[in-house]
Amino acid sequence: MKMTMTQKILAAHAGVDSVRAGEIVLVDVDMVLGNDITSPVAINEFSKFGRAGVFDNSKVALVMDHFAPNKDIKAAEQCKLCREFAAEKRIKNFFDGGEMGVEHALLPERGLVTAGDVVIGADSHTCTYGALGAFSTGIGSTDMAFGMATGKAWFKVPPAIKFYLTGKPGRWVTGKDVILHIIGKIGVDGALYRSMEYRGPGVAELSVSDRLCMANMAIEAGAKNGIFPVDEKTLEFLKKAGAKPPVIYEADEDAEYEQVIEIDMSNIEPTVAFPHLPGNTKTFDEFGEIKIDQVVIGSCTNGRLEDLIQAAEVLKGRKVARGVRTIVIPATPKIYLEALEMGLLRIFLEAGAVVSPPTCGPCLGGHMGILAKGERAVATTNRNFVGRMGHPESEVYLASPYVAAASAVTGKISHPKEVIS
Amino acid sequence: MKVKGRVLKYGDNVDTDVIIPARYLNTADKKELASHCMEDIDREFVRRVKPGDIMVAGRNFGCGSSREHAPIAIKESGIALIIAKSFARIFYRNAINIGLPIVECEAAADEIEAGDEVEMDFDTGLIRNITKNREYKAQPFPAFIQSIIAAGGLVGAVRSGAIGDKTRK
Ligand code: SF4
Repeated sequence: MKMTMTQKILAAHAGVDSVRAGEIVLVDVDMVLGNDITSPVAINEFSKFGRAGVFDNSKVALVMDHFAPNKDIKAAEQCKLCREFAAEKRIKNFFDGGEMGVEHALLPERGLVTAGDVVIGADSHTCTYGALGAFSTGIGSTDMAFGMATGKAWFKVPPAIKFYLTGKPGRWVTGKDVILHIIGKIGVDGALYRSMEYRGPGVAELSVSDRLCMANMAIEAGAKNGIFPVDEKTLEFLKKAGAKPPVIYEADEDAEYEQVIEIDMSNIEPTVAFPHLPGNTKTFDEFGEIKIDQVVIGSCTNGRLEDLIQAAEVLKGRKVARGVRTIVIPATPKIYLEALEMGLLRIFLEAGAVVSPPTCGPCLGGHMGILAKGERAVATTNRNFVGRMGHPESEVYLASPYVAAASAVTGKISHPKEVIS
Repeated sequence: MKVKGRVLKYGDNVDTDVIIPARYLNTADKKELASHCMEDIDREFVRRVKPGDIMVAGRNFGCGSSREHAPIAIKESGIALIIAKSFARIFYRNAINIGLPIVECEAAADEIEAGDEVEMDFDTGLIRNITKNREYKAQPFPAFIQSIIAAGGLVGAVRSGAIGDKTRK
């Protein structure tokens, strides 16, 4: 058979016994996702297909998260267009207002994706759901329109790189550090067009939240998808979220990988990606004092409860440095509520942080924390391109919630052990 | 089908945030998007670009977000073709889906310089640098992708029946 996990899912959804890398297949999709930026373009294209309705109104999800709560009149018009489309097509999974959360945190939490699914989303970080054993990938608005109309998507079957994980991450090392380490090692196009398939005993050491973070950033290595095997932790997560019954695919023993890269996680240090590429990574022994103006803790990469717990661990009983605007953004309303009930929001507020409603906000330089010329931010987000969080001459440093929170306390990019001994 | 035009050249990892910054994504208006195209990497682009121009770039062109606004802004600016060493995958499919021709050719992307006059024949995959009198051969597209390009994009290909419900191509 010789298929990777990704290839097996694609073959099953193409209705064939096997596929090989390079072949183009048309597959059935289980979920089509769009947001307030990409859906308006898709809705416009959808109208050109001349279909009355979407292929399945329970398999389309529209999430108003990027510029919402509406940041200006134009953003409001875009959300309105989506809202009207959702009403007209009776789309069941439309999230707006108090139901809205950052899409890639929201869909898994709501049980809208499960193991074995094919999920396409007009958002590059749709690859997040690979953490749950799904094939999921970002596509564009025309693909989204095609998906909504036909329930299908075209793909070139990707070759794969196997990442064989061993060891246990150290005290301050999270999934974010592991993925930054990997991208730093292979480069921002190191997995271009390929699947990143995680295997090995190290997988069990990672929480589902860590895996979601790592699959989320597959795109930052240029990959088509990142995917984890399904284990007890996955099944428990899916059950708790009320997802449909999972279908478990496993790579064949003799599956062909272009490359096998072994990653011993016990050797990884807290890692920071310097401007302006996620692959431009450094560990703390490789740089000196870098003063910062802002800290952002949130996004589809690190805005989940576990991330907030880690940030609160560092911020508890401490104050953020004077002049460092610290913005904490729980990724979904449920996370917000859990953080509230656990007392995390109190810790953040007492430390002098701002707690924002769920939104993508500053992650893409939308609103809620834009940088001025020359300013620097440490963010738990996933991209640090030129101008990503504001002025083209501002800088974003990507890091884990531990590092971000420690940096908020000291006012410079800091290892958490500088704050907690 | 052939295109011929003057070259605007860029480096590696040109990302979608510099092609069209998120601050302008509160609209889907093509003209407005084009008016900010490449703004954060080349302030002169909008003023200099002429219909039919060819963009040449290095590795991983279009990396970053899935925003189709990026190839739309480039296409609407008048760019007739992008030649790069490699493209980020979502940008690649978006460009094809909207009917913006893009090709990967390492040697051409290396040697062609800003201001050169370049011609490409899509049928043969032949790229000719008229200014420097050099030729390069790009990989031809797979048949499935050719059918999308020929129909002017994915919508056209579905409407014309070139893409149906068959799963294997
Ligand atoms: S949080 Fe950032 S990366 Fe994630 S979907 Fe929103 S804008 Fe994109």
